[in-house]
This record gives sequence, C-alpha cells and structure tokens, in this order.
Amino acid sequence: MRKSREQSLRMMPGNVVLVVLAFTALLPIFLVFLNSLKTAPEVVRNPLAFPAVLDWGNYVEAWKYAKFGTGFKNSVLLTGTTILVVLLTAAPAAYVLAERKIKAARPVMVYLMVAMTVPIQLFLFPLYAVFAKAGLISNVFAVGIIIAAINLPLAIMLLRTFFLGIPKELPEAATMDGANTFQVLRHILLPAVSPGLITVGIIVGLNAWNEYLISVTFLQSESSYTATLGFLSLTGTFAVDQGVLMAGAAILILPIVVLFLIAQRSFVDGLVSGSVKG
Amino acid sequence: MAQVEAVAPVIKNARDKSAKKTTNKNRYRVHYLLLAPALILSMSIVLVPGAFTALTSVTDWNGIDMSPNFVGADNYLEIFGDPVFLTALKNNIIWTLLFLTIPVAIGLGVAMLLLKRKRSRAVFQVIFLLPYVMAAVTNAMVWLNMIYSPISGVIGFLNKQGFNIPSPLTNMDTAIYAVAAVDMWHYWGFLLVVYLAALRQTPIEQIEAAQIEGANSWQIFRNVYLPSIKPTMQLMFVMIMIFSFLTFDYIFLMTQGGPAHSTEMLSTFAYSFAFATFQFGKAAAVGMVMGLFGLVGSILYTKMSGKAADE
Repeated sequence: MRKSREQSLRMMPGNVVLVVLAFTALLPIFLVFLNSLKTAPEVVRNPLAFPAVLDWGNYVEAWKYAKFGTGFKNSVLLTGTTILVVLLTAAPAAYVLAERKIKAARPVMVYLMVAMTVPIQLFLFPLYAVFAKAGLISNVFAVGIIIAAINLPLAIMLLRTFFLGIPKELPEAATMDGANTFQVLRHILLPAVSPGLITVGIIVGLNAWNEYLISVTFLQSESSYTATLGFLSLTGTFAVDQGVLMAGAAILILPIVVLFLIAQRSFVDGLVSGSVKG
Repeated sequence: MAQVEAVAPVIKNARDKSAKKTTNKNRYRVHYLLLAPALILSMSIVLVPGAFTALTSVTDWNGIDMSPNFVGADNYLEIFGDPVFLTALKNNIIWTLLFLTIPVAIGLGVAMLLLKRKRSRAVFQVIFLLPYVMAAVTNAMVWLNMIYSPISGVIGFLNKQGFNIPSPLTNMDTAIYAVAAVDMWHYWGFLLVVYLAALRQTPIEQIEAAQIEGANSWQIFRNVYLPSIKPTMQLMFVMIMIFSFLTFDYIFLMTQGGPAHSTEMLSTFAYSFAFATFQFGKAAAVGMVMGLFGLVGSILYTKMSGKAADE
C-alpha cells in the first residue's frame, strides 16, 4: 500500500506533463467542435465559451457552400486512385527488391531513396506545363497518379520489409511444385504480406486525403475540388462567420478521426516500420 | 541483362544444372518486368520533370512559350542577389534548428514517460497522434481563426479582457515562430511514436544489469536507452533536416511568406516565382538549390538506412 503510494507520488510530475500536453493537443480540436455550434457574434464574444443554444445550422451551410458533396466524392476518387496505383506498382517492386536476385536491386534502392527526398518544387513546374498541355489540369485521377508517384518510394521501402519477413521456405515450396513467379507472388506472397498492404494503404491513403500542394496547383475548376480545397474556399466566403468555417473543419476532421481510431494499430505500425532501425 | 547468368549459379543442389539455369534466367527476367511499372511511374513524374527543371533553370521560360531563350547562369545570379532569397535561406535554417530541437526533445521525453506507463500508454499515444493525422489545411485554419486571430481567436479574447497581446502572425519577428509552433504541435506526436517503438526494442537484460549496478533513471537513459536508439535518432535527424528544407504547407496556408517576406521559405519563394509571376526559369533555379540540400540529405539518409538494409 505504502509502496504504491510512493510510486504514484514519483509518477506525479510526469503525469502532469502528459496531461498538459494532452490538453494542448486536444484544445484546438475541441475549439473546432465547440465553435462549430455557435453563431458568429457568439464566437467573436468568447471562443472559449459554450454555445447558448446548439446551432446545427452551421453544418448545413458549411456543407452547402464548401460543396462537400462533390468534394468528398473527388477526395474518395483521388485517394482511391492513389492507393490502387501505389499498391499495384509497389507490391511487385518491393518483392523484387526484397529478393535481391537481380543486380539492379541496389541502384534501384538508391534511386528510390533519392526520389523520396526530392523537393516537389523540383519537378512541379515542368509537370504542370505538361499536364496543362495534355488537358489534365482539374483531373482528379491525374492528380491521384502524381500523388501515387510521390508516395511510391516510401510504400516500396515499407512493403519490402514485409516481404523480408516471409520465411524463405514458403515460396520455395511452391516453386518446387511447379508454380511460376507470377503464381507464387499472386497466391503465396501477396496473401502473406496483406497486413503490409493494409498498412501501406492506410499511410498512403491518409497522405493523399490530406494532400495540399499538388491538389491546390493542379485542381483549378470548382467541380474538381477535393474536400480540403472545398473547405478552403469557405475561408474566402465566410471569413466573417467563424462558426460556419469551424463546422466545415469539423466535417473534414470527423471522418479522419473515426478512421484513425479504427485503424490506429496499422497506422502506428506503418509509421514505425519505416523509421525504426532495430 | 548479362548479369543474370552470374546470379543463377547461386542456386545449390541443382540436379539438372542446364535446365535449372534456363528457368532461373526466365525467372529473373520476370523480376525486371515486375519492377518496371513502379520505376516507369516514378521516373515519368519525378525524374524526367526534375531533369527538365535543371534545363529550365538556365532559360527564361515562362511556362507557356515553347521557345525559351538560353540565359546561362542569370537566374542563379539574380536569385542569389535577391535579398528575399537570403531571407528564405535563413528562415529554412531557423526552421531546421527549431525542428531538430523542440519536437525531438518533447517526443523523446514523452516517449520515456510513456515507456513506464504501460496502461495509459495507448490512450496518450492516440491523443498525441491526432493532430498528426489531421490535414494541414484544417490545422492551419483552426489555429489561424480560433487561436491567433485578433477578432475571433483566443488572442482576440485575451485582448478584450485587457491583456494587450498582438497577434504573433502580424509581427515580422514572431511570425515564423508562430507558424512553426503550429507545425510542431502537429508533428511531434509522430516523433514520439517512433522513439517509443525504438525505446521498447532496448534489450531488457541491459536495463536490468544497469539497475543492479545501481544506476539512476538519468544514467540508464544516458547509457542504455540512448545508445540503443541511436540509429533511429540519427535517421530522424536526417529526415527532419530534409523535410525542414521542403516545408511548404503551413507557411503557405498561414502567412503566404508574409508579413514582408518574414516567413518566406525556399519552397514558397519558388512557388511564387512559378505561379504568381510566371518566371519558371527562376522558380527552377530555386528548385535546384532546394534539390541540392535534398541531395545532401538523401546521401546521408541512404548511407544510414542502407546500412540497416544490408543488415
């Protein structure tokens, strides 16, 4: 009894630090939801106060003026394109690089690491000119493919570690039975790395969903706006009504938070496996 | 593809060597086929336009005209002579130093705290990661409107209560720190998760041995945990350096490089050349300078993670 009290006393300063940091992490998010239910004058009077009456009308207006209907549809199409393209191209490449049976494996790895750290500004401007010439500006699928290419090196590196984790006997046994490389990859290896595919899909999907620089540059017609761009268009129209603006932010935040809470395990795995060197 | 033969003999216990050799040869040719889609995608979006940027940086291309003139090193000389370029470079360095210290210290400190708190660990980890998973767009707008705004934000509220605090974003000396604070608020949870995972891989025997020898918490941290997570720390250092030189979203969303270029970064400087004044040549030159920093970073990065990849 005494020991546990002593221990909890020793934990006290640390607990205070954790609670204060949790408070700073959550306060801005809390302010979003709090103020999304208030009228404009209420927000201006005191952003920290609770609303007098719950005013859900802000959500209706935000949805209408940010065109979230179109925005979410475009975001889903863009994110889906990115995830699909990344998984289809990264999985076979990661398999080859994990096998290391070809001599080009090493230079390809070096190339991918350089590609991962190249500033977007280094290839953005010529790419924009080419896409403009090809009539691909404001095309969500085209933007999804660009974002896929940017996320590809990270995805390959992550997936490679998952392929390395498969016991060698598994594909070898199948090869003995006469399966070719495609069959082994399709029926043996891909099912074995499916947790990796999910992890990479989540990480890349989140990157695509939250992406800003490429989207704002390439998506110019309002009908091609993603949810994030639609939300930004609110800041022009509703610069005075912070309540509507915060309702828009809440609409954008909510699905991400729910998805994150559901998939946090895979998400944390993905963050860690790319960065922790054991 | 002559190297294929050299690799094939690695297969041991081949009963029929010549037959085996041909099937293996085909198998490895398939490997190039499997690698091709990823490489073609990456090269056509990143490498080829990147090389094109190198070419554009010595022309006066405006992004539309198909017959740009060769101007030699003019773009480079002009941007080096531009005081805004130096401001941007200085700001990128300030940004790098801020991110190499504050989020690293908080992330590592909190990781150590959570290491001992097995039960509450998961909950805190989720809370600290929430800002990280949210879009830069929403994070920036929330801080801009709900905290920094002198009209509707917490700052404005404090002003109405009689505290005379100006919005840090409108002050040339504080604006960069105000933006960095938001980006760090969003970012440090990522470092925490990575450091915590690395700390948890520290061999338990080493910790116990140190405890038996009577080492205190600080000594255990300094002599056992820190050496154990050194590779991860180094990798994160390089990653932070690279991303600090590429930083764009929060600056562009919150200040657009202002007031009076006081938060200008190389990335926003390049972007405004390309899309505000259509000087693609100059934008390309700034992009090349950024690429140079990126290359130095990626050489460091390749060296470090290459070591790990080779096991």
